[in-house]
Amino acid sequence: MMTPEQLSEFADQICPMHVIFDASGRITSVGPTLRKLRPDFKWTGQDFFEIFAVSRPRWVRSVGDMLRSAGVKLHMNFSSEPQTGLKGVLAPLPAGGGFLNMSFGISVLEAVRDYDLTSADFSPTDLTIEMLYLVEAKSAAMEASRQLNMRLQGAKIAAEEQAFTDTLTGLKNRRALDHVLSRMIETGKEFALMHVDLDYFKQVNDTMGHAAGDAVLQRVAQVLVDCTREVDTAVRVGGDEFILLLDGLTDAETLERIANRLIECLEEPVPFEGKLCRISASAGTSLAKEARPRDAATLIHQADLALYAAKNAGRGQHLFYQPNMEMMG
Amino acid sequence: MHGLINRAIQAFVTDTYGEGRWKSVMDLAGLGFVEFEAMLIYPDDQSFKVLSAMETVLDRPLAEMLEDMGTFLVSNPQAEALRRLLRFGGVDYVEFLHSLDDLPDRARLAVSDLHLPTLELIEQAPGQFELICAQGLPGYSNVMMGILRAMADDYGDLVILDHVGVRDGADIISITHVESQFAEGRSFSLGAHSL
Repeated sequence: MMTPEQLSEFADQICPMHVIFDASGRITSVGPTLRKLRPDFKWTGQDFFEIFAVSRPRWVRSVGDMLRSAGVKLHMNFSSEPQTGLKGVLAPLPAGGGFLNMSFGISVLEAVRDYDLTSADFSPTDLTIEMLYLVEAKSAAMEASRQLNMRLQGAKIAAEEQAFTDTLTGLKNRRALDHVLSRMIETGKEFALMHVDLDYFKQVNDTMGHAAGDAVLQRVAQVLVDCTREVDTAVRVGGDEFILLLDGLTDAETLERIANRLIECLEEPVPFEGKLCRISASAGTSLAKEARPRDAATLIHQADLALYAAKNAGRGQHLFYQPNMEMMG
Repeated sequence: MHGLINRAIQAFVTDTYGEGRWKSVMDLAGLGFVEFEAMLIYPDDQSFKVLSAMETVLDRPLAEMLEDMGTFLVSNPQAEALRRLLRFGGVDYVEFLHSLDDLPDRARLAVSDLHLPTLELIEQAPGQFELICAQGLPGYSNVMMGILRAMADDYGDLVILDHVGVRDGADIISITHVESQFAEGRSFSLGAHSL
């Protein structure tokens, strides 16, 4: 039969986090790792329940309960700060009292940091070091994956941006228009759709060349952006056709003012290689209001009718859609 | 080859020779891109093209550069995670050496599609070892040599390393562990990693 001293020495080797207490709950032996967690404690002779609080099972409140808990997983923590969580299992000793073996359980990550534990503090059969290794390795791998995801996300946004952008003018393209328009309709906002068509652009292209035409288009894009707000959307839908979506704006007077200013700016000659390119523009606007039709095709169609009415009225003009335009169209 | 390996090569060249030289290497390799992604897999021949382009552009023997890369992987703060993972292998250098047998398995535990050739440590006499680096990854033993050297510094130990040749297709490194705690090593705390 082992003496208590022999048992204690033996336990230090195999279970660096053991506690042995006698039938009255007085601690008689403590493993080296546990001692390291509370270096200032005088362990031996202390009441087990003074140092530890058992949280589960809830019925374990006394030494007698502890001894009856043999084989059951116990959850406890230090009563003093830091209240590191521990788990353990108890086996009653033949001479009375119990032998409790503990480990950190999931709190081991904090414990290693809080108490500056090293490999030597864990039994060689303990998988804690492997677990710490795994946590770090997985965190590192996860971080690499996360960065890859972020780069892919960035690339995706850039690709989408590109897919929605007209390369010559930097304005939104037809695909973006469908997207933005259907979203505006879905959200039920009021807005105006202004269809702008350049006048005399073909002449510029034919007489001064494509490079001049491109310069004009870039200038037009600049004007469209300058004459609208950040929340509005300027789209190049075709060679010399543009659509403006004016968010939350259905006031006829304001829209008229914007259209006129737009046309005025577009009529300013664009210098190109020492010559001046002159164009103008016509515009037609349809409104998306509560009572009005709220589908994209109708709105675009109505703006088209207004635009052609404006062209027929002598170019360089802006008109709102009127129901009677349907007959004329 | 795993992106982590390619990425390591990239980090080494960029850090040691500069971004410009890395771009020249990649231009010569002609892969159509400049940056490797750590978490993607690349065909082996792409890695070989990069290595051979390095030899031309940087004008140094490949074996020498790979050994430097091994050292870089342990000693550069950029690769601190790797150094820490290696330090988990043992509390002292000899224990670390013994943990090398598990290194490919450990690597696979961290990144399941990262396959490293087998390593086998043979202790011939106290302080005298041979590390057998199985074939499968050209230049593996050169990189290992650099890692062993840098880890010795990390532990503060003095070792003598030598390539002693090829046996059954496997490269052999001889390791003579001269002195423990020869110099002050770098500190290692289990919980230093912020979780």
